[in-house]
Amino acid sequence: MIRIRADLHVHTVLSPCAEVEMIPPLIVREALDLGINLIAITDHNSSANIESVQKAAKGTTLSIIPGMELQTREEVHVLCLFDTLEQIKTWQKIVEASMPDILNDIEHFGEQFVVDETGDFIRREERLLITSSDLTLTEAYNKVTELGGWLVPAHVNRKMNGLLSILGFVPMDIPIDVLEISRHLQPAEAYKKFPQIKNYPLLQDGDVHILGDFAGTNEFILNNISIQELRMAVHQQEGRSHRILN
Amino acid sequence: MNLQQIIDQLELTVLTEKKDFSSIEPTSGYTSDLLSCVMAGAAHGSIWITLQAHNNIVAVAALLETCAVIITEGSMPDASTISRANKEGIVLLSTPQQSFPIVGKLWEMGLRA
Repeated sequence: MIRIRADLHVHTVLSPCAEVEMIPPLIVREALDLGINLIAITDHNSSANIESVQKAAKGTTLSIIPGMELQTREEVHVLCLFDTLEQIKTWQKIVEASMPDILNDIEHFGEQFVVDETGDFIRREERLLITSSDLTLTEAYNKVTELGGWLVPAHVNRKMNGLLSILGFVPMDIPIDVLEISRHLQPAEAYKKFPQIKNYPLLQDGDVHILGDFAGTNEFILNNISIQELRMAVHQQEGRSHRILN
Repeated sequence: MNLQQIIDQLELTVLTEKKDFSSIEPTSGYTSDLLSCVMAGAAHGSIWITLQAHNNIVAVAALLETCAVIITEGSMPDASTISRANKEGIVLLSTPQQSFPIVGKLWEMGLRA
């Protein structure tokens, strides 16, 4: 078994709301400096910078999970986490087909850069990424699961785009098995504030938009790094475990 | 004013099973798309205007004993949401119009918050 410290919600310069410092080499260095061994790259409705961060982390002790922060039709933000780039590329195509054709207004939303592993400019993403996909939460859950991924409602405590604010409680028509809370909120406080989530295990992530946002408070005990192992850990199964560090 | 008059005047489509709508009278109106706000703010027996078509609207409507839900902008609940509404006795109505004109017309008809 290995002990892993993880932050599963990290944006890059592809997300218009992320700072320009969120480039692959700086993300990798900051995570390593903080003793973090695992991060998920989760840009808004896009996966274009994941491979560059993986390349930047090559030869280090940091592993990168391919992910995306999807905004569903209901405006709920959910993390879609996968094992492989192939899986997320398939998912990317589904999401792209479900996005409205709105161009990014750089003045209002910020730049959306696709970069290489050194952080050098490759291209601008022209379509606005922070808007709702046409996929419902149920459709997204079913598709992500079918592809072998893990759908985790993001920052459920947040008023903006948080599941509990928008939908009131965790929907029963899909078997969501874990929820993410913000780094400012302790799990005990979350359960107290939202009694409707008492039966769900929690992940805590930084929702990292600037280097100073890293939380790294998820501690996993795993056999190896995979979605299945992470899932088993949050459910404390077969010797795997997860806890949120103070 | 009863629900049948509202359905007729606003030209609403009834998504759930037909019943005697003329015997149902809304106490008041409420509008929001955030279900957390609806649960906290809507009065019992009110008519709720929203463009949110997610399955969870049925449970919220049942909790508040909402007289009817008007789903705006042509937003469509899926089949399981409609069948759940039928099971719970919740009336779901649909309109291609936006929430603002719908609320305005209800106000003109004399409905208040």
